[in-house]
Amino acid sequence: MSATDSADLKTTPLTDAHIALGARMVEFAGYTMPVQYPDGVMKEHLWTREHAGLFDVSHMGQARLVGVSPLSAFEEVVPGDYIGLKPGKQKYSVLLNKKGGIVDDLMAGRPTAPDGSVTDGLFVVVNGACKDNDFKVIDDELAGQVTIHRLEDRALMAIQGPEAAAVVQAHVPATADMVFMDIRSMPGFGTDIIISRSGYTGEDGYEISVPAAEAVRVWNLLLSDERVKPIGLGARDSLRLEAGLPLYGHDLDETVSPVEAGLTFAVNKNRREQRDFPGAGRIVKELAEGVARTKVCLRVLEGAPAREGAEVADLKGVVVGVVTSGGYSPVLKGGIALAFVPPELKAVGAQLKVLVRGKAQPAEVVASPFVPHRYVRKG
Amino acid sequence: MRFTKDHEWVALEGDVATIGITAFAAEQLGDVVFVETPEVGKVVKAGDAFAVVESVKAASDVYAPISGEVVEGNTILGDAPETVNADPENGGWFARIKISDPAQYDALMDRPAYEAFLATQ
Repeated sequence: MSATDSADLKTTPLTDAHIALGARMVEFAGYTMPVQYPDGVMKEHLWTREHAGLFDVSHMGQARLVGVSPLSAFEEVVPGDYIGLKPGKQKYSVLLNKKGGIVDDLMAGRPTAPDGSVTDGLFVVVNGACKDNDFKVIDDELAGQVTIHRLEDRALMAIQGPEAAAVVQAHVPATADMVFMDIRSMPGFGTDIIISRSGYTGEDGYEISVPAAEAVRVWNLLLSDERVKPIGLGARDSLRLEAGLPLYGHDLDETVSPVEAGLTFAVNKNRREQRDFPGAGRIVKELAEGVARTKVCLRVLEGAPAREGAEVADLKGVVVGVVTSGGYSPVLKGGIALAFVPPELKAVGAQLKVLVRGKAQPAEVVASPFVPHRYVRKG
Repeated sequence: MRFTKDHEWVALEGDVATIGITAFAAEQLGDVVFVETPEVGKVVKAGDAFAVVESVKAASDVYAPISGEVVEGNTILGDAPETVNADPENGGWFARIKISDPAQYDALMDRPAYEAFLATQ
């Protein structure tokens, strides 16, 4: 809750804009970032679900991987089918270590220009707290195959919510035909943008990469629309939790495999057959034989929200798992959590307990996501 | 009313102290979504964590500003935790404690002293 020692912290091109908006700044991933604006987490969360929220995510790592065959090279560090990735699409994946644990989760895409040409290489966005290590791992593994151009001169913002698309399309009409996971490189907002129809709130919206020098102008342009409000990291976290999306460093880490984390969709079928990604032995075995622990979504039926580290017990009181992230859902008005439990307890409707400050509170396994996704897919 | 550096307030009537968190603390926390008040009969020492207040993003301990035995918890907060934000220094009280050492009350900050302290935060 206290002010952070800002002297050692990195800033984004939008830091001054956040302070001018009255944001409460905290340390996150080595940056000073807005955790909330004067409206507060609850209002910001609900505004994003009902209108459009604007997020500064410039702390995330943007890079372009270029080389003779960057798509096939990239497949050496992730389990996704990137050779088959169509121009103009991006794909979620996980960077894996040799034991099949998750080094980070990421987006990687092939932006297309208005003339249909594909941007050279692969455009990658990784978590801010992991980015230096991620690019080191990629560089170590793919040295000689790809060159990493970190795009540290670009800001990244996300606009999310049911009114986000209309706001963006009013400024950049050419984005109107984009669907979920499309990515383009084009003129927009009076500059050059890399824009994808994606985000991490479960809502429709866009993520927009702009030159750092243009960031404040684009930010203010978007905020000048009355449907748009700035949203801090506090609500970003509660929104992603309601969307059932994992957060690296909490729900995912170097010991967790994508199978345990409920991310098997990121392990493409052809890759499972080829078994040519890090930790393939473990991951293919887990797919065939099952896992010892698996991610579930829990609703806390009574009592305090269960937060990260809270133990999960069965009805006999035996501790069987742990909450990896949890909090209060402003939409459901109660406690929700992501937890790891043995697979025999993962069925929707399974009754469990969460231990919060010594009290065993009832909880139930529910389907993911907690709040329905509203991505715009091909109609 | 007296105040602590942890942003609790204490109002004393006879030997019963009513305790809550200050308007500053409530504003810092943001929207309160859950409050755990101490059980009646619990004996607390000044400085003990004796209640918990939760916002969307975090759980925070509330410390007993004064020693004694809990005689009442504010049951309204179970159904209406938002009272802490709406009326922090009155209806949003957390608990009442029968105090054991009145000198502890006298040692706490009065309002001008607390406001001077806030100015340094």
